[in-house]
Amino acid sequence: MTGWQTLFYKEVLRFWKVSFQTIAAPVLTAVLYMLIFGHVLENHVKVYDSVSYTAFLVPGLVMMSVLQNAFANSSSSLIQSKIMGNLVFLLLTPLSHWSWFFAYVASSMLRGLAVGLGVFAVTAWFTPLSYAAPVWIVVFAVLCAALLGALGLVAGLWAEKFDQLAAFQNFVIMPMTFLSGVFYSIHSLPTFWQQLSHLNPFFYMIDGFRFGFFGQSDVSPWISLAVVGSALLLVSAVTVKLLQTGYKIRH
Amino acid sequence: MPALSFQSVSKTYPAKSQGSASLKALDGVSFDIEEGEFFGLLGPNGAGKTTLISILAGLSRASSGRVLVHGHDVQADYAQARRLLGVVPQELVFDPFFSVREALKIQSGYFGVKHNDAWIDELLDCLGLTDKANANMRQLSGGMKRRVLVAQALVHKPRVIVLDEPTAGVDVELRQTLWQFIARLNKQGHTVLLTTHYLEEAEALCGRLAMLKQGRVVALERTCDLLQAASSNVLRFKIDAPLPAELATKARITGRIVQFPAHDAAEIEQYLAAVRQAGLVAQDVEIRKADLEDVFLEVMSGAAS
Repeated sequence: MTGWQTLFYKEVLRFWKVSFQTIAAPVLTAVLYMLIFGHVLENHVKVYDSVSYTAFLVPGLVMMSVLQNAFANSSSSLIQSKIMGNLVFLLLTPLSHWSWFFAYVASSMLRGLAVGLGVFAVTAWFTPLSYAAPVWIVVFAVLCAALLGALGLVAGLWAEKFDQLAAFQNFVIMPMTFLSGVFYSIHSLPTFWQQLSHLNPFFYMIDGFRFGFFGQSDVSPWISLAVVGSALLLVSAVTVKLLQTGYKIRH
Repeated sequence: MPALSFQSVSKTYPAKSQGSASLKALDGVSFDIEEGEFFGLLGPNGAGKTTLISILAGLSRASSGRVLVHGHDVQADYAQARRLLGVVPQELVFDPFFSVREALKIQSGYFGVKHNDAWIDELLDCLGLTDKANANMRQLSGGMKRRVLVAQALVHKPRVIVLDEPTAGVDVELRQTLWQFIARLNKQGHTVLLTTHYLEEAEALCGRLAMLKQGRVVALERTCDLLQAASSNVLRFKIDAPLPAELATKARITGRIVQFPAHDAAEIEQYLAAVRQAGLVAQDVEIRKADLEDVFLEVMSGAAS
């Protein structure tokens, strides 16, 4: 294995060794959301006039799990290594900033996609789903996992303590995912909140992903792709730059 | 070409808060270490030893000056420089997710070293870790973790081995094992840079020494030359009562043991006479050659601060 492949392998091994916590637990959480919201709302809400609420909810939950777990993987791995001090083993190696970037982002994608697949495998039993445009499903899942993996790297580099990282997760990532239309179509919102939702990049991730299932969405999937693609490029550029300058890890 | 070359290395840490002064940890440090040397870097806490090693290892950046490893700049050509370096960090750190063997395999992989099992087995054997190979890092005692740190630094057979206080808080057995192994690697041609507070270790192992004080090099010589240049002898005895103040200022006192640096017999006679006049009885009197600890204290007290 080359250097970056070893780091990728190590990062995968890290979450795999505690997969009960890193994969099984988030799958269970998503299933609970579906059981509860699906039970309460199934007979009250129809989306796009034809899609049942539970069917609408499944892709949202899958994407939310992909996003949260891709973020959690790189950010928690980095902050743990920083606080335990074992990041030094990596800092002493000849690995370039690109190697760090690809290894951390790829392993986070794998974790995010594994959890997403787990959520999908369980929740898809509850309701008939359509797959109008499977390519969009894959494209959005992969790009969004990469975006949140990179964002997790930025947060992990920035945070010096666990509670700073928890704050980032609870006050930025959580509200933005919950308010992105996982549980509702933004067309059901008052105009002001609809417009506000358009400023949330997470909205485009969920919406584009959902288009792959239903062939319908709140905005065109091409717009969502443009937003997600640009965000990925921007966040990746920032991440690579931070790694190159050794932001908060080389003094 | 020297194995390591420090060229006017300075490091200033910016002020932590407004009003507090910035800290100059290193101030124009320059010296070379030749290939195959066993070199000691000594100095009191806060002298800048670890800062210098951090800059060498790429963990930290010099404010000015540069460091070369076999001609490769540690910043501009960091990949090549780090391949040549094996650094044992001072802090006892470990990755709790992995076993000893996993940790060593992963570390080899970072350096792009494939099929490293034979060398890993040899490292485990030489450091007395063979029966712990499959134990998780969390289950190891402090001393065992320290051995793994040494093994991790050596997985890629670096030409230059850097040990930052490797024996701090370590038992006698590990020290013996460690020094035998490092001395063997040194004989095979590996350059060794060691920082330690155990001066008898430095005296026994290092062919050449640098002493740092407040970020500056205050001595840079072969160990034997340093020892010869020092005030050659030490008068050592034990007493049961405190020394008079004017004598005490010249002596190194450890509990009942009193030691005076002395240049010649006349000086020794003067000290003994002064002790007798003070009404004290010197027991177990001996005169010995100055050791590195005496030289160290002399250099540190003499160096302009």
